[in-house]
Amino acid sequence: MENIILFLPLTAAIISGFFGKIIGDRISEVVTSLFVSISAFLSLIIFYDVIFNNYESNTLIMPWINSGTLSVNWSIKIDTLSAVMLVVVTLISALVHIYSIGYMSHDQHKPRFMSYLSLFTFAMLTLVTADNFLQLFFGWEGVGLCSYLLIGFWFRKESANSAAIKAFLVNRVGDFGFALGIFLIFYLFGTLNYSDVFNQIPSYIDNNILIFGISFNAIDLICLLLFIGAMGKSAQIFLHTWLPDAMEGPTPVSALIHAATMVTAGVFLVVRCSPIFEYSTIALNVITIIGMSTAFFAATIALVQTDIKKIIAYSTCSQLGYMFFATGVGAYNVAMFHLFTHAFFKALLFLGSGSVIHAFKDEQDITKMGSVWKKLPYTWSLMVIGTLALTGFPLLSGFYSKDAIIEFAYLRGNATGILAAFVGIFTAFLTSIYSWRLIFKTFHGDYKNENIDQAQIKESPFVMLVPLIILAIGSIFAGFVFKDFFINTSNPFIFWKDSIKFLNPLSAEHPPLSIIYITPILVTISIPISYYLFLKNKNLTIMIKESNNFLYNFFLNKWYFDELYDIIFIKPLKKIGLFFWKYIDLKTIDRFGPDGISNIIQTLSLKAKKFQSGFIYQYAFIMLLGFSALLTFLILN
Amino acid sequence: MNFPILSSIILLPSIGALFIFFGKETTVTGKQIIKYVALFTAFVNFIISIYVWYLFDNSTHDFQFVEEKEWLKGFFNYKVGIDGISILFIVLTTFITPLCIISANNNIKFRLKDFLISILIMESLMLGVFCSLDLVIFYLFFEGGLIPMFLIIGIWGGNRRVYSAFKFFLFTLLGSVLMLIGIIFIFLSKGTTDFIKLYEMGIDPNFQNYLWLAFFSSFAVKTPMWPVHTWLPDAHVEAPTTGSVLLAAILLKMAGYGFLRFSIGLFPAASDFFTPLVYTLSVVAIIYTSLVALVQEDMKKLIAYSSVAHMGYVTLGIFTLTQQGLEGSLIQMISHGLVSAALFFSVGVLYERSHSRLISNYGGLATTMPKYSLLFIIFSLSAIGLPGTSGFIGEFLVLIGVFKDNFFVAAIATLGVILCAAYMLWLCKRVVFGNVKNENLIKIKDLNKSELFILTSLVFPIIFFGIYPEPLLNTIEVSIANLIDTYNYNLNFTNKNNG
Repeated sequence: MENIILFLPLTAAIISGFFGKIIGDRISEVVTSLFVSISAFLSLIIFYDVIFNNYESNTLIMPWINSGTLSVNWSIKIDTLSAVMLVVVTLISALVHIYSIGYMSHDQHKPRFMSYLSLFTFAMLTLVTADNFLQLFFGWEGVGLCSYLLIGFWFRKESANSAAIKAFLVNRVGDFGFALGIFLIFYLFGTLNYSDVFNQIPSYIDNNILIFGISFNAIDLICLLLFIGAMGKSAQIFLHTWLPDAMEGPTPVSALIHAATMVTAGVFLVVRCSPIFEYSTIALNVITIIGMSTAFFAATIALVQTDIKKIIAYSTCSQLGYMFFATGVGAYNVAMFHLFTHAFFKALLFLGSGSVIHAFKDEQDITKMGSVWKKLPYTWSLMVIGTLALTGFPLLSGFYSKDAIIEFAYLRGNATGILAAFVGIFTAFLTSIYSWRLIFKTFHGDYKNENIDQAQIKESPFVMLVPLIILAIGSIFAGFVFKDFFINTSNPFIFWKDSIKFLNPLSAEHPPLSIIYITPILVTISIPISYYLFLKNKNLTIMIKESNNFLYNFFLNKWYFDELYDIIFIKPLKKIGLFFWKYIDLKTIDRFGPDGISNIIQTLSLKAKKFQSGFIYQYAFIMLLGFSALLTFLILN
Repeated sequence: MNFPILSSIILLPSIGALFIFFGKETTVTGKQIIKYVALFTAFVNFIISIYVWYLFDNSTHDFQFVEEKEWLKGFFNYKVGIDGISILFIVLTTFITPLCIISANNNIKFRLKDFLISILIMESLMLGVFCSLDLVIFYLFFEGGLIPMFLIIGIWGGNRRVYSAFKFFLFTLLGSVLMLIGIIFIFLSKGTTDFIKLYEMGIDPNFQNYLWLAFFSSFAVKTPMWPVHTWLPDAHVEAPTTGSVLLAAILLKMAGYGFLRFSIGLFPAASDFFTPLVYTLSVVAIIYTSLVALVQEDMKKLIAYSSVAHMGYVTLGIFTLTQQGLEGSLIQMISHGLVSAALFFSVGVLYERSHSRLISNYGGLATTMPKYSLLFIIFSLSAIGLPGTSGFIGEFLVLIGVFKDNFFVAAIATLGVILCAAYMLWLCKRVVFGNVKNENLIKIKDLNKSELFILTSLVFPIIFFGIYPEPLLNTIEVSIANLIDTYNYNLNFTNKNNG
């Protein structure tokens, strides 16, 4: 069954990709959607087995690399952690496949699109079911490739191509760290299989390695290197710049790859490697700090953006920050829980915004929308559900997972944990403000679009709404239903078994009531606040904007990261390249190398030519000179 | 003695060339016959070499299919044989050559007969390099390969072909003269040039450093290593497509092969001594040429510079002297042979159609040439070393080997992987994606049957060996292990004598 789950999407991708022209658009759509849906159904069965029958397995597909002591296989590992990811990936993927049938109905390259989506699903599945670091890396790069292909799907658009390259390259920077981490793991443990590595960890705690004469703790170094990889894939601060640009891709892609699945791979990596991370206090603190910084920083940017997809993209970035600081405080299960619920409501928001964009004929600017909530009743109500769930409105799924993160951060008790809890609370407030801003500006107020007549705005077709409804159900109930499985404070091992390692058991205490209540209260009162700010009294918003012009521009320009990177990396590298080529290759090596030699020979032979003048008396003179020199030499000796 | 199968492989292309020599190019049927004879010869040779690979026993490190015939009594003998290291290069050579002939048959506009003769003779010489078990024989084949290549560039090349051919010749010859002196020295001091015997005798450590440098100067130029790489971009740019393919796919590999056989095998003490030098030059090559590739405007130059960077990983891996590093180098060479061949063929396809190699001339090919674009992207991704392609296996094993030895070198070499992605993807963006800007390209034709055949037959091994490299790794495993054992044994032996 594991094999079927894994290879159905690949088969679908091959059929649709290579035979799309022959079998036609409709059959490609049906085949890919059906195959991935079957995968999703089988994943649910496995998930059920794992929860209730303690099912676990490790299926060998075939050997991959055997070189010296290195031995790596293609295999499928099923435990609780991978089962959770299987469900998230295949379920969201199946819904996105179905939604795409409607969303891409006007596109000319449907089979290609569906093929990429299925290929992505396959790559993501190899990532989550890996039993070794190298297959994980294969999936890791595979999803990166599909992301590259899908962001650049509309390849005639210059901006889409640039965004695709940017996504690939920024991820490669992260992969640089990840790869070094893998090398270091192999260097220390002589194997890349999870179980073999994890078993050896406790005996390597005090291992130090020397780099440039400085001694580093090996475990710390491994964790930090792996985390650099995770930062790239999960768009954490410093390596986040690709994610907003990735919104150039079609919206279903944003929902599947850049919200629900691929970007959470970083979190998955840290959770999967919890047996290593648990032994590195430094790495955990770094993760907490990076996570909370990202959560806060992305939320501030989301406050002022006007592109509907970019707001949600920054929101994703911010929520990923939450997941990371949850892992940083050792609450891996809570991070996974937020990953799980987030997949539903964020995919819902993206697909919902896709529905809005569809209605507005590819308009993405929320300042050119408004007043359409009656025209798009389903989309509107589903987006409101998504927003409530995202902001953590009581009893919806985000409420359970996000509040749990804040509580566990607080309960961890160390400085970074408590700081993270407060940043988390404040960010939850910001999240609520920008999310409602999006709803109010998009659906309420005056109609502001000049290009499209309001009467033309129509609700999306049924095939797009059904996936939204399923996701909405998930957004409402996923938290409530699964909270006792994911966060069982008394014994997390009932659900997680040994797929997650907790060195220190999670605190079973309850945080002070003020911490428990403050988030839901802030989240709830922010609804009227945003209503007032963005609908009732717009002058106040403008006033705030103008009195804080610097801050506003700072947020609007995304903290100037892109500009900074351009100055620090991109331009200098090109200049250095030109310098190497023009001045070293051409003007130094060639000039003094081959060209120099041929020049010298030419000059010498030109000079030598002069000796051969053809006049006997010159030759005789030279002979005389030589003869007398020789004679002098002999006499002197 | 058994059937001399290796000599047959070496000689068969030359025999084909002889037939072609008597063919007539002037008539239509004559031309057809020439084309088919060339293709048939090369293809049969490929089948035979696959058969040899099938017969090959990969559980032993001994040389197999050994043939020995007296040539100059008391000086050197004709001696050939193969082990796990050479067999893969032989198959690579016989695999690439028929593809080159298909391409040449369709694209070479004048003096096709001479061109095919050059290619076939070149194949004989290259196969000779990988089979020979005697230094003098090796040298003859190694340098002989220069001549047909020189002709291919000099006669069928582009506008600056004479300059490029001269540069190519000057660089490579300069290096090999030193190697020749080294070989003469070895013969004078040891009385033999049979290198199975030389492995057993060992070379006096006092001379090793000089000899190592003499051989190195030849191999470094051919690899090419920084800073003696500048002949390669020029040679590639001016060479016809087929020439570029042979040059990148096989000629460069002769140097890597030389490093494995001679530098490591014969001069372990010197190799150990010079490892930092090789590391430095390789790392500089990886970073430096990647940055240079980033700013190239000519597609062929870009790929040529990327070849230098990729060969940097090869030299890096060889001198790690670890099982992973050496196996990685070999896989990287095979993989680069396939990928660079594919990329040069791809550029050739465009050049045939619009007679320009400038990147800025293209753009938007995904619309007009979808099949071509797909293949081009796959090749670019293999050059980047994406997992699932053969390039990844090579680079990964090399880097893991280097890491064991030196963290710092491994980290810088890994940086090269980012740069490689940058220039290859940027190339793809400017050539394949975007809008069709150039009006001449609107009616450009997608791949024809023979081009599609050439490129797809390169895609399959690239992906297959990326997912299942076991056939390659199994073949080389024992020979590499033996190479390392011998190396360490000799090294310890030398150290003991010195100490």
